[in-house]
Amino acid sequence: MTVLEAITETCRPKLADFVRVQFDKARERWVLQGPERVLVLDDTGKEILDRATGAVTVSEIAARLAEEYDAPADVIRHDVLAVLRLLAEKNFLEIVDDRS
Amino acid sequence: MTGLETPSERTAAAWQRPPVGMLAELTHRCPLQCPYCSNPTTLSRRSDELSTEEWADIFRQAAALGVLQVHLSGGEPTARTDLPELIAAARENGLYTNLITAGVLLTPEKIRAYKDSGLDHLQLSIQDSEAANADRIANHKGGHAKKLAVAAWVREAGLPLTVNAVVHRQNLDHLEAIIDLAASLGAHRLEIAHVQYYGWALRNRAALMPTAEQVARANAAAAAALETYRGRMVIDYVVPDYYAQRPKRCMDGWGNQFFAITPRGLVLPCHAAETITGMTFSSVRDHELEWIWRHDPAFQRFRGTDWMPEPCQSCDFRDRDLGGCRCQAFAIAGDAAATDPVCALSPHHDLLVAMAGDDAASGAPRYHHRR
Repeated sequence: MTVLEAITETCRPKLADFVRVQFDKARERWVLQGPERVLVLDDTGKEILDRATGAVTVSEIAARLAEEYDAPADVIRHDVLAVLRLLAEKNFLEIVDDRS
Repeated sequence: MTGLETPSERTAAAWQRPPVGMLAELTHRCPLQCPYCSNPTTLSRRSDELSTEEWADIFRQAAALGVLQVHLSGGEPTARTDLPELIAAARENGLYTNLITAGVLLTPEKIRAYKDSGLDHLQLSIQDSEAANADRIANHKGGHAKKLAVAAWVREAGLPLTVNAVVHRQNLDHLEAIIDLAASLGAHRLEIAHVQYYGWALRNRAALMPTAEQVARANAAAAAALETYRGRMVIDYVVPDYYAQRPKRCMDGWGNQFFAITPRGLVLPCHAAETITGMTFSSVRDHELEWIWRHDPAFQRFRGTDWMPEPCQSCDFRDRDLGGCRCQAFAIAGDAAATDPVCALSPHHDLLVAMAGDDAASGAPRYHHRR
């Protein structure tokens, strides 16, 4: 199963080791750096990636963001899944196995 | 007339947008002799190469200017014994550091040293899926087998791997096998690059130009592989220029996002820009990088859209392709300011198509190997 297929509400996502979230001083914004790719992160993207540490599930990430921003949980969950799928398509994401 | 004069009105406004990426050509030395090499046909000598300290200072200046990613290339960059220091200098300045290598000089120890110095990513070239043909193309016996070992060492060291395959008439029919090979080597990403015809490749065009039928099959194979490998291996594939109707957005625009630095310190808007004879470029040995990026007439020359002739100037695609490739305009039309001949609207487009057809049908098998 690919990472892309493995993304569900119960999985624990984490950025691949070779990908870096970095503040781009010259342009005053956050970016995600990977092989031959620089992705600009908006506030939501940055918030999601700060929480994608492999320790919490997609649902938990979405629930915390929903609480913080006082937004509907199902809308936030949809956004989180969309961002993670985009990253998985670029091979920037890992899923932490929780069978232990 | 070559259109290379620098009109005085262009020198006025400094360029404000910061660059995103830089190509650092650390050396022109290379054990391979690929007939499509992107290095100039007159190579820099080792004694002229920038020193460790000079490169470290360039990385500092580049990061301050806004550069986010550095591509360490050559020639063969691993021929430089100070490569771990250069990687460390790039990383200290926060640059995402990518090594572009042919692999044949590598050992597991060297790869670990690069990783320990902070290397983020490694890009390994292959010349074909089959050893005999790959070694013939690179004129380097045993090269292909070594590359397969190197790919495994890279993955064992925990580095992400991109496989780069340059394709042309003499390997394009193996594209599916090349794609499968990259996947079996554990590549996170595969870059399939059709040969760009300037410098060495222009000299070897008759031996390299694919046929229209080959290109059609390759385009279909690449499209199918994109689906097959979705979520497992990223595939970047661009339709070859000579068989296109619209020019590519070359370098994301001249002097728009990117610059290259040659082994002896010339700063170029594109690594092939030296093929445009008559243009002069500035050196990091004479100027600060910031001055070159913002003011150098060579960078200002084809920035934006003001320089464009018709039919580009009034074209709806003007801002999308930013005029395509200046090196190609020079190579085919003899004028770096001409419309990119790849464009179906260029007065030179029919000439380009005829050249491609003649070259592809020539059957010329032999190369002038780069040396």
